[in-house]
Amino acid sequence: TNEWTNERPGGRPTPSAPRPHRSVGRGEAQAEVEETLKRIQTHKGVIGTMVVNAEGIPIRTTLDNSTTVQYAGLLHQLTMKARSTVRDIDPQNDLTFLRIRSKKHEIMVAPDKEYLLIVIQNPCE
Amino acid sequence: MPYQQQSQPKLRHALLSPESLPPHHQQSLSHRPCHVSDEDSGTEVAEGADEWAQSKATVRPPDQLELTDVELKEEFTRILTANNPHAPQNIVRYSFKEGTYKLIGFVDQLAVHFSQVGNLIPKDSDEGRRQRYRDNLVTGSEESAKLVISEAEVVEEEDEPKEAENIALSLPFRSKLMTPKQPKERKLTNKFNFSERASQTFNNPLRDRECQMEPPPRTNFSATANQWEIYDAYVEELEKQEKTKEKEKAKTPVAKKMGKMAMRKMTSMESQSDDITKVTQAAKIVERMVNQNTYDDVAQDFKYYEDAADEYRDQEGTLLPLWKFQNDKAKRLAVTALCWNPKYNDLFAVGHGSYDFMKQSRGMLLLYSMKNPSFPEYIFSSESGIMCLDMHVDHPYLVVVGHYDGNVAIYNLKKPHSQPSFRSSAKSGKHTDPVWQVKWQKDDMDNNLNFFSVSSDGRIVSWTLVKSELVHTDVIKLKVEGSTTESLEGLQLHTVGCGTAFDFHKEIDYMFLVGTEEGKIYKCSKSYSSQFLDTYDAHNMAVDAVSWNPYHTKVFMSCSSDWTVKIWDHTIKTPMFIYDLNSAVGDVAWAPYSSTVFAAVTTNGKTHVFDLSINKYEAICNQPVVAKKKNKITHVQFNPIHPIIIVGDDRGHVTCLKLSPNLRKMPKEKKGQEVQKGPAVEIAKLDKLLNLVREVKTKI
Repeated sequence: TNEWTNERPGGRPTPSAPRPHRSVGRGEAQAEVEETLKRIQTHKGVIGTMVVNAEGIPIRTTLDNSTTVQYAGLLHQLTMKARSTVRDIDPQNDLTFLRIRSKKHEIMVAPDKEYLLIVIQNPCE
Repeated sequence: MPYQQQSQPKLRHALLSPESLPPHHQQSLSHRPCHVSDEDSGTEVAEGADEWAQSKATVRPPDQLELTDVELKEEFTRILTANNPHAPQNIVRYSFKEGTYKLIGFVDQLAVHFSQVGNLIPKDSDEGRRQRYRDNLVTGSEESAKLVISEAEVVEEEDEPKEAENIALSLPFRSKLMTPKQPKERKLTNKFNFSERASQTFNNPLRDRECQMEPPPRTNFSATANQWEIYDAYVEELEKQEKTKEKEKAKTPVAKKMGKMAMRKMTSMESQSDDITKVTQAAKIVERMVNQNTYDDVAQDFKYYEDAADEYRDQEGTLLPLWKFQNDKAKRLAVTALCWNPKYNDLFAVGHGSYDFMKQSRGMLLLYSMKNPSFPEYIFSSESGIMCLDMHVDHPYLVVVGHYDGNVAIYNLKKPHSQPSFRSSAKSGKHTDPVWQVKWQKDDMDNNLNFFSVSSDGRIVSWTLVKSELVHTDVIKLKVEGSTTESLEGLQLHTVGCGTAFDFHKEIDYMFLVGTEEGKIYKCSKSYSSQFLDTYDAHNMAVDAVSWNPYHTKVFMSCSSDWTVKIWDHTIKTPMFIYDLNSAVGDVAWAPYSSTVFAAVTTNGKTHVFDLSINKYEAICNQPVVAKKKNKITHVQFNPIHPIIIVGDDRGHVTCLKLSPNLRKMPKEKKGQEVQKGPAVEIAKLDKLLNLVREVKTKI
């Protein structure tokens, strides 16, 4: 699409990655992911990150236990519902991410096949 | 005979009292006037009398009837009658006639002690006669000898119908024994007095044997059946089928082995892969989201912001700074090359190295996405500084780079290592001087990847990737014209020119331009290796960049450190337009959306954007882009789709800027006329301008 005209297209640019995934060795991949998570955690405004598995059990978190458990349980259910909604409408579609913006902060959920990555950020600082 | 027995309690008690009975009189008890004595007491007395009397003293119950001797000796008579002692004597029946109960005088006194139903039937009764007749039939079919015997026996048996009970039963039995060869005779069952005989064997005692195992492990399974789950299942099945098909296709034994090995590797990898690696994709997405939040205003600007002040600015435009990309690892390295990815419009590659001859260190290749300004998507490092790079149009994952040490390398973005997939070396014909530019070409006839490189050692080399090896072919050796000198032996020596930039024509495949350090631009052809098609005395200093116009096939542009940018028509030896930018020009680039717009960056940190259709003599935008002084901008590139440019400086930063509307003006619609779009319009636009210039020139 040629966007040189002054038309205003609808919707914000989406952060989803359509690029071919780079296949790396196991150790390298692990280090990469760890680094990415660390970068996310140290990014401006990020309050906490957590990784939740398919059953809603948190695997890794930077927040305290009770908060983590609460977030994990609630967001897991919500993500399942959201995904179910999207797929019911069109089975070929799938949920890429979920953003919940509240007055105080924004909760971002990126679902994966087996895991759920949740990040809580305060966007306007 | 029924007899009566009267109970003799008196007698018993009398027996018990020792006073009345001296021990030796015990035996004479049988002579007592009672004729019948209780057998039990009698035996007791008779047998154990002595013992009984001697061992204990008789116990006298307290309520024993006191009798005198006279009374004890009294005789009682007994009479035996034929009456049934158990028969009731006073049966009354209600008589309806009289309405009262009446005593029945005569009561049946018969007592049956034993009864048994027999199975003898009188010979002369119907049944008897019938049986006899049947027997005669049976026995009549025997052989003569047996017949006689059987008859006799049958007759005998018949004569004794009233003997022991088992005769009737044994009749058929015996006849069976006697007539083994006869057909089985029908068993006659007596319908009236049929008694069934059965015998019961011992019932084996039943015993319960039980065995209990460990209950199988149970797990709870629950699932939902949605439309999309069904869809998923189908898709999986389809994939499996396709995989099996592929395996079948590649059915050579080697391929099979390879397949197996790959499968094993795959499975082992999968089983070993740690939990956290599966979050990679999600982590990437989240990182982008987080960045989007942080740089939210920038993202919005990028997409939507149009500088409204442009309307009042007469014709000038501005560049709005968007993101700034930098990485710690490339801090000290200058940006030496920029390239947008032809497929993914938000991805661009930055090559880092150093222009300083004295301070040569390592190089880096970073690929950033605009969606994630804080961290590059891919990082590659190399020992020698990267001087140039190019991305393949058809294979957007292949990046070719040229190094300061003269090597060229191809990086495959799909591969895991940070090492290049293919690399040239001294043996394979690397350049002896830094490689200043590389460019992908179309695949050659064998579908091998092909690219060109130019270097200061004066060679333009064509590299082909043949079976994973780089094969080089010298295309042209640049000679400085007019410098051929005759040496003593008659050899023709010539000074080697140093190529610093080149660009290939978009349509005429074989034609390309090379800029040199001497300031000359040569028009060359791939087919002629010794001669140039044309030479242009372009600049006074080294040519930094040459670029063909994306629309107009005749026009190209060049820039140099002599502060000038020149626009040429390749048929004419003198430039059409000359712009003096007051500072060494690092790079020029044509805009992809218009044939008359181009941008130039200078070492004083300014970016100049020109639109020839608006202003032929001056830049319509002249803006310092980098913050600090002494920060030279080295390269500039337009994004093919979005109205942004990226600018790299020698501190290793890349800044992304948005072009304001004035800078990207499309031809205005005239009343009544449709706006024509497309390259033809652009070409015409530029032609018009050129003609103006040419006219002026010819006039002069």
